[in-house]
This record gives sequence, C-alpha cells and structure tokens, in this order.
Amino acid sequence: MKGSNKLPGFGLSLGVTMTWLSLIVLIPLGGMFLKSATIGWTEFVDTLLDPQVVSAFRVSFSAALAAAAINAVFGPVLAWTLVRYEFPGKRLVDGLVDVPFALPTAVAGITLTSLYAPDGWYGRFLEPLGIRVAYTWTGIVAALVFVGLPFVVRTVQPVLEDVPSEVEDAAAALGASRLQTIRRVIFPAILPAVITGAMLSFARAVGEYGSVVFIAGNIPLQTEILPLVIITKLEQYQYGQATAIATVMLLVSFVFLFLGNYLQGRLRRRAS
Amino acid sequence: MSKAASSSTRDPAWLRILAFSVTLGFLGLVVLVPIVSVFVNAFAEGVGAYWEAVSHPDALAAMRMTLLAAVCSVPFNAVCGFAAAWLVTRFRFPGRDFLVSLIDVPFSVSPVISGLVFVLLFGSQGWFGPILEDLGIRVIFTPVAIVLATVFVTFPFVARELIPVMEEQGHQAEEAAVMLGAGAWDTIRRVTLPSVKWALLYGLILSNARAMGEFGAVSVVSGHVRGETNTLPLHAEILYNEYDFTGAFAVASLLTLVAGATVVLKAWLERKARK
Repeated sequence: MKGSNKLPGFGLSLGVTMTWLSLIVLIPLGGMFLKSATIGWTEFVDTLLDPQVVSAFRVSFSAALAAAAINAVFGPVLAWTLVRYEFPGKRLVDGLVDVPFALPTAVAGITLTSLYAPDGWYGRFLEPLGIRVAYTWTGIVAALVFVGLPFVVRTVQPVLEDVPSEVEDAAAALGASRLQTIRRVIFPAILPAVITGAMLSFARAVGEYGSVVFIAGNIPLQTEILPLVIITKLEQYQYGQATAIATVMLLVSFVFLFLGNYLQGRLRRRAS
Repeated sequence: MSKAASSSTRDPAWLRILAFSVTLGFLGLVVLVPIVSVFVNAFAEGVGAYWEAVSHPDALAAMRMTLLAAVCSVPFNAVCGFAAAWLVTRFRFPGRDFLVSLIDVPFSVSPVISGLVFVLLFGSQGWFGPILEDLGIRVIFTPVAIVLATVFVTFPFVARELIPVMEEQGHQAEEAAVMLGAGAWDTIRRVTLPSVKWALLYGLILSNARAMGEFGAVSVVSGHVRGETNTLPLHAEILYNEYDFTGAFAVASLLTLVAGATVVLKAWLERKARK
C-alpha cells in the first residue's frame, strides 16, 4: 500500500503516528462514546431534556452564534485594513490579532471580567447607560468575540491578498464606482472565507470554557454554559450524564468542522 | 498605466478612514486595553505586592507544574508531529484523508471534554482507574493527568504547521538523497529538517503557548491541589476566586508575557519563512 516513491520510513512513521493517535485520541474518545452507549437511552434523553441542560445548550449556542456574527462583520474590516493599507505600526496591529489565540483563556477570562464589572474600566461607562455586561449573556458574547476574532481575520486575510488587482481594474474601467467594486467583486470573492472563519469561530466558542466561566456569572438556567454543566456533573460523579452532554456537543462540533473543511476545500478548488 | 491601476484600486478617503478607525477601535477595545489592564491590575498594589505574589511558594510550584507540562508535551509533539507529517505528505495510502482529520480532532473538542475523556479512562469509576488503583497508581488529580491532558490538547499544532509546508515542497530532494545512498536519518537531518525548520519551530512555539496556557482540560483532571497539581492558569483562577486580584493578575501577567513572546516570535518566523 506504500506510495510510488522510494523514501524510507513508511513503517516507522505509520507506527509512531498510529500509536500516538490511538493512545492519545482514539482510545480516550472511543472510551467516551462507549460510555455514552452504556448509559441507556432513557438516561441519555432525560439528561439532555433536563431544563438546566436545555438552557445551557441554548446559552452556549446562541452566544457562540452571536459572537461569530460579530466577528464576521468586524473581521473582514480588520483583514481589509491589514491587507490594503500601509501605516506605521502595522506590524503591531497585525500582532494584536494573534493575541487572543496565544493568550491563555483563563487570563482573558479574569481580565475581561474585571473590565466589564460594574466598577471596571468599561463597566463604569456602560452601567449608567443601563447596559450590564459582566455576569450576563452579553458578557459571554464579549468573551467569545475576543476568542474567535483571529479565526475570521486569519481566514479572510490570505484570500483578500489573492484577489487579483486586474479584476478590480477591470471593474473600474467598466465604470464601477469603488464601492460597487467592493460590493460586487471583492465581497463575493471573500464571502466563503468569511463564512469559514465564522464557522471556526463558532465551533471554538461553543466549547470555550476558560474565557467565559469568569464573566458568565454561571447562574443556572440563565448564564450557565455547557462546559460548566459538564464540570458540575463530573464533580457530582454523574459521569454518565456528563458524557451524554459531551457526546452531543462533540457530534455538533464535528458537523461544523466537517462543514468548515468542506467549504475551505471548495474555496481552494475555486482558487486554483 | 501603473498610475491608472493604482487609482482604480484606491479607496475613497472616507472609506479608508472608516476601515482604519473601525480596525483600531475594535482591536484597541477588544485586545489592547485588556492586555494593558492585566499589567495595571498586577501592579495596582505596587511592585512589592507583585513580587510577593509571583514568588509565593504556591506560585513557584505552579510555575514548575506549568513548565513540566510544557517540557513533556512539546518534545513529544515535535517527534510525533514530524512523524505524522512525514507519513501523510510522503506516502499515499488508503485512509490518509481520514488520518489527517483525526490529527485535527483535539482542535474541535471542547477543552472540558478533553479533560473528561481522561477522567472516564483513569478516574476511580473509569475504565482503567480501578485496575491502576489496585497497582497503587493514581493518574487523575496527579501531574501525570495534567501532562496527558496537555499532550492531548497540543498535539495537532506541530503536524498542522508541517503538513502544508512539506506537501508543497514535494519529495524530489529527499528521493535524490536516498538514491545517492543517504540513509533515512541523514536524509531527514540534512534534507528535510533544514527546509521545514521554520514551520517546525512555529508549530513548537504555538504548542508551547497552548501547553502553558491550557485551562479547561487541565482544570478537569487536576483536582486543584495547591503546590502539587496546580498550573499557573489554575493558580490565577484560585487567587481570583479568593478575591486576591493583585495576586491573580500578577500570575496572569507572567502568562501574558509568554503570550506576547509567542506573538512576536510568530511574526518573526513568518517573515523568515517568506524569505
């Protein structure tokens, strides 16, 4: 089954990779699916229909969706500025985009909470306007926007770089205004990348824990997120229930990963 | 002609100003101010309090645990990530695409679930937990579990960076080396590694950043035993929940510095790789 080339190391690299994948990924995840199969259909359904769990599903998915939508709007603007304009300090601005990716989630969590708390740097101004962010659904969205930002910007950036300037010239030569060119030529070209990036941001946001758990306030039935419910169940030794929730979450995020990969594959095929 | 081209792709001034201010405003409020506030909060009670927080025995123990997690997982990822990249870019075999998606799995799994799978395997009610316990081996709530969870969440990084680069480079040079009589190790050391070194380093840096900063997965398996199974992010959480904000942000500032170094190195490596 070895490929047509004469390079060495097929057996060794196959062995290392498979051992490693089996021990670290396949056995643990397989164990989880097995566990969820042993808990029985009624417990499985009862766990998922528990009002606390239903509410957590709603909170996690709605906040992730809202954050992905916000990033889908602002991300392309950031990518546009970084690709098209030259300005002093551009490298610093570009580096800032990567910070949410590199910053530990717990650090993001406590920092954002302190900023949005009623006496924090942001909360101080938002509170008099009647806007509460910390310990509400809005706070969860704020944390998820932070976490998901790099996914959209870094997916759109290379695509925007590859839009050939000839196309824009042609549009302009045919009498299109700059805004028409952006709307009719550039926007359709980057749209698949925006959707892919938003999906990656969404998938990450649904499972996000560290950056959210501090700012969410974790009020059952209101601002409790799915990962926290899993942890609570584990602390109560409800392994079966924790596994049931985790299995559904995992299946949903696989669907999104698959969709994201599929879209990206189509994107690449169209580009080449 | 070139002048015409540049004028047709030039944006009107209002658009430039709009895009520019949205970018700076958004990044400023969402990213820059939070970073600055970490340090402001950390030094809110002066340098003395800061130093006391970061030199506290529990903080030092947490640093050791964090370093241990990184030191164990990063080299492991380097070797296995390279092996995986070599396998999927140098050979064609059935199930190859599936293997590539498997490598990505930990990316799409919630950190909490990454911790959960190890509790299910090694917990006292888990698959192997009781057997190991009879042998006197405990995994959950020990450093071993922290290392395992860290390896799980970090392992795609190196393979993911290497695969596209090695795919693009093809294997003619390596085949030539083998044809000329070079052994497998010589070929990898002299031909492959020099051409992928930046991607490899990049993957290692990302994997290190995640290893040091991982929170959810480690939180589930660690048991939060102070001085024993606490990593820096977990230590920051404990201090924060005890309303020791200066302490929490002092610890957080160390992690922020690691993140800053990661971003700077990443930018530097990207420029190197482009040249």
